[in-house]
Amino acid sequence: MKMHQLSMFLENKPGRLSEPCRLLANAGINILTLSVADTQQFGILRLIVPDWEAAKGVLEKAGFVVNVTEVVATEVVDQPGGLATILEIIEEVGLNIEYMYAFTFRCNDKAVIVFRFDNNDIAVTALQAKGISVVGGVELYERARQ
Amino acid sequence: MSEFWHDAGCVFHPVSAPDYLPETQLKQLQLHRLRAVVRRSYDHVALFRERMQGKGITPEDIRQLEDIQHLPFTVKTDLRDTYPFGLFASPMNEIVRMHASSGTTGKPIVVAYTQEDLRVWSSVMVRCFAAAGLDRGDIIQNAYGYGLFTGGLGAHYGAEALGATVIPISGGNTDRQIMLLKDFGATAICCTPSYFLRILERAPELGVNLRDLPLKAGIFGAEPWTDEMRKRIEPEANIKAYDIYGLSEIIGPGVANECSAQDGLHIFEDHFYPEIVDPETLQPVPDGEEGELVLTTLSKQAMPMIRYRTRDITTLYKEKCSCGRTVRRMRRIARRSDDMFIIRGVNVFPSQIEEALLAVEGTAPHYQIVLTNDGTMDDVEVQVEVSPEAFSDKVSVMEGLRKKLSASIERVVNIRVNVRLVEPNKIARSEGKAKRLIDNRKK
Repeated sequence: MKMHQLSMFLENKPGRLSEPCRLLANAGINILTLSVADTQQFGILRLIVPDWEAAKGVLEKAGFVVNVTEVVATEVVDQPGGLATILEIIEEVGLNIEYMYAFTFRCNDKAVIVFRFDNNDIAVTALQAKGISVVGGVELYERARQ
Repeated sequence: MSEFWHDAGCVFHPVSAPDYLPETQLKQLQLHRLRAVVRRSYDHVALFRERMQGKGITPEDIRQLEDIQHLPFTVKTDLRDTYPFGLFASPMNEIVRMHASSGTTGKPIVVAYTQEDLRVWSSVMVRCFAAAGLDRGDIIQNAYGYGLFTGGLGAHYGAEALGATVIPISGGNTDRQIMLLKDFGATAICCTPSYFLRILERAPELGVNLRDLPLKAGIFGAEPWTDEMRKRIEPEANIKAYDIYGLSEIIGPGVANECSAQDGLHIFEDHFYPEIVDPETLQPVPDGEEGELVLTTLSKQAMPMIRYRTRDITTLYKEKCSCGRTVRRMRRIARRSDDMFIIRGVNVFPSQIEEALLAVEGTAPHYQIVLTNDGTMDDVEVQVEVSPEAFSDKVSVMEGLRKKLSASIERVVNIRVNVRLVEPNKIARSEGKAKRLIDNRKK
């Protein structure tokens, strides 16, 4: 139950973030969520989109370097302690979180958190064993459309 | 002619014969030609005559090869100062062609050829191609620029004289280059190494895998490049990459070329007499020691060059080559004294930076060096493109790459430089010589 995430290298300059967003908009691709990791010099844009293959094509055609990584999306109740429960499970199996970011859906009391673990497979097994809902790509897009 | 040597089962093209001359004979030929070219220059070129008179010598004083050391040097500004025709040694009715360099500052430099000069030029180009294993039946895509630049026409007529099939595509239009490489089945390409990188980068985007094509050799020149660059190019295109050396002032491409051993470039010494001098003291240094390459054209008619300072830094050596050629070899030119920049008192060559960058796995060979000065201190920023292979979605990996590159450069040049990772294709691609150094320091 892993999902595809696109990541791109961006120089840390005014206007660099808007270009990929505009490209995707023109191609009619909606961004479900994104995060930017930045350093003084450069940034890494991470994107979750419904049709990652089409999006990758559009961005690469424009000359961007685009990587596809698998990430794990889990559903948590949008209330105090929601995230802590998940983190405890991950700690128990001794995994590292490379990075994470969260988003919430409209008309829903749940939040979705996107994780990249140093071992996604172990993480998924551990989370599911503890009854945490790991959301697949298709499911996520269906929900986003509602 | 060449069908005969094929039938005879000869191992080399007959025009390559001087490459295998015994040293004594070669030296006799060189002395004979040197005396003639000095005489010609003295009689027909005012600048040479005045300089020789200034040193109190006449052509008769050249009795042995070593006497060349008494002759005055010629430098690039001499060509500018005598623009356009001041160094011609033939009347215009004997000159059949002119070429000119792109003068980066003001006037270009002009060079001229008689019919005989063109014949010599083609013959040395044939020797270059033959050294790179090319022959009749090969299809050579010539992507050097045609026109005033010597590269295009020089390689063109050489390839024809070899008996190969030439595709005179000239430089630029990368998509078309790739289409013809594929459709015409070129077995060799001539261009600058940096332009070939552009072709390598573009081909997969057009769905072409260069490894699947008949292409087997690249004759790369007109700018310094490194062995590290060769290690990148060869496996990626499944070709042998040969270094060719030449300069318009001497003849154009065809002064020296690598052979199958790819261990130094054989200089066609019967036409171009090489010396190495210390660039500071201008004193000759012996074979095996590094210095500035100085060339004398032994057979040029229209525009002879006596002891021309090339600014290229190399080493000459005469150890026997495994290919059997006896002419001396020079180490590939990795740097020019012109390109050198001084930063915080340290002499740095762009090629050293290239070497350091390519020593780190996963970096694209597209880079640029930018020098700035904030009023007190000089700063070097090396901009390197992030290749798809090197890109990671983890900041730690990217920062690690940056630090590795920076450390690698520091190890080679002993100064701290800023490495900036830039997006792919952000560094301008050249269709000719790559511009590696941008000096924005206030003069």
